[in-house]
Amino acid sequence: MLFELERVTLARGPRVVLEDVSCRLPEGAVCVAGPSGCGKSSLLRLLNRLADPVSGTVRYQGEDVRAHDPLELRREVGLVPQLPALLDGSVADNLRFAAGLDGAEPEPGRLLDLAGLDLSYADRDAAKLSVGEQQRAMLARALAVEPRVLLLDEPTSALDEGARDAVEGTLRDMRERLRISIVLVTHDLDQARRMSDWVVRLDHGSVAAQGPVREVLAG
Amino acid sequence: MSSSIDVSLAEVAGSLALVVIAIGVSLWRRTELEEDIGIAVVRSFIQLTAIGFVIQLIFDQDSLLLVAALIAVMVVFGALTARHRARAVPSAFVPLLIALGVAGTATLGLVVGLGVFEPEPRFLVPVGGMVVGNSMTAAAVALNRLGDDMHDSARRIEATLALGATSREAAMPIVRRSLRSGTITLIDSTKTTGLIFFPGTMVGMLLAGADPTDAVRLQLILLWTLLGSVAIAALVATTLAYRNFFTPAHQLREPPEP
Repeated sequence: MLFELERVTLARGPRVVLEDVSCRLPEGAVCVAGPSGCGKSSLLRLLNRLADPVSGTVRYQGEDVRAHDPLELRREVGLVPQLPALLDGSVADNLRFAAGLDGAEPEPGRLLDLAGLDLSYADRDAAKLSVGEQQRAMLARALAVEPRVLLLDEPTSALDEGARDAVEGTLRDMRERLRISIVLVTHDLDQARRMSDWVVRLDHGSVAAQGPVREVLAG
Repeated sequence: MSSSIDVSLAEVAGSLALVVIAIGVSLWRRTELEEDIGIAVVRSFIQLTAIGFVIQLIFDQDSLLLVAALIAVMVVFGALTARHRARAVPSAFVPLLIALGVAGTATLGLVVGLGVFEPEPRFLVPVGGMVVGNSMTAAAVALNRLGDDMHDSARRIEATLALGATSREAAMPIVRRSLRSGTITLIDSTKTTGLIFFPGTMVGMLLAGADPTDAVRLQLILLWTLLGSVAIAALVATTLAYRNFFTPAHQLREPPEP
């Protein structure tokens, strides 16, 4: 099992966002689906220790995430946030920063290709790209660290239908080429059907259902 | 370069005419600053008169221990004052206290060690006061900027942490900008000194009848000394304070709203 959450409660200040959540996320393509504000993004942040639960245990490959070095865990389990947040400079600067965290040199051509961008984007100012292009640059940057697992927080929420389909195609293609697992957060159940084999449905901070997508989202 | 003048209370009172003008402007343009001007005048009179007696006492005793005690008090009050400007920084008092303490100690130690000033109260008290005062302003401005930018850039910082960057790597662009903010004012005023304004020490010495060459040399010593001290204060304050935004597991203590 890739991730397991056991009786996890998470709070943001005084507000409880996840309460007594237990679920399993296998290798492959997993969706965490549910309406806005149900705690999907908060759950994602637990998986690479951007946050720690108040109580309960989060396991990665059978081991408590708190037993891992947080920096090594995040390099193995990358996260692309919902809103693009690139560093100042060019796209190549961002790729170089990410790869440099592991002491490596990035391959901009390969990384941009995986994210559905051509090499001409490498020298573009990151701040001047469209939201969709920035989102792809974020994906390329996350891949520069060579993660085993990619956590994607609503990667298409800011995009129109055409751009959404293109990003979904890019993600499928990327998975096929890199053989990595993805955990994708979405409010769109149709997207969950298209993109995943396994789904965890959240509602008001609790697990409403989980299992193979054909069973949980049947019909 | 020793010289002295006598200033009578009548002369001090005469300068109140300018305060009356300031109050008049406030009343005329309804800026509602009359009360603040009044408080400022009364406080400056009381505080400076009190510190005058304290300095006189220290000079009479000729005690370096008393100098150290006075500067320590200035450091504590400086840190308490700067904390208000750095409200957005969690637990800012300790970084500010260390920053002002290190800046004061290192700067005075260096100027005495290099033979710029004699280790005597008549040099160390005024220079110490200027060093702590300027360091306080620099550290307060730097931490004010740090607090605002850490809040505004929370998404970007967390996205950087998500790649496996350390909190230091994620915060460094903001720490750099804050350090710059804290020191740039003094750098700019040092650039324009003598052209656009005459700095206080030089004015004071000229008024006291000193030779202009001596006045300029002493002013240069102080300006360059202050450049070093504000750089140390802003560096120490930002280097220590940014850590308070993160947990030991390189997580933001206050993550961005989803």
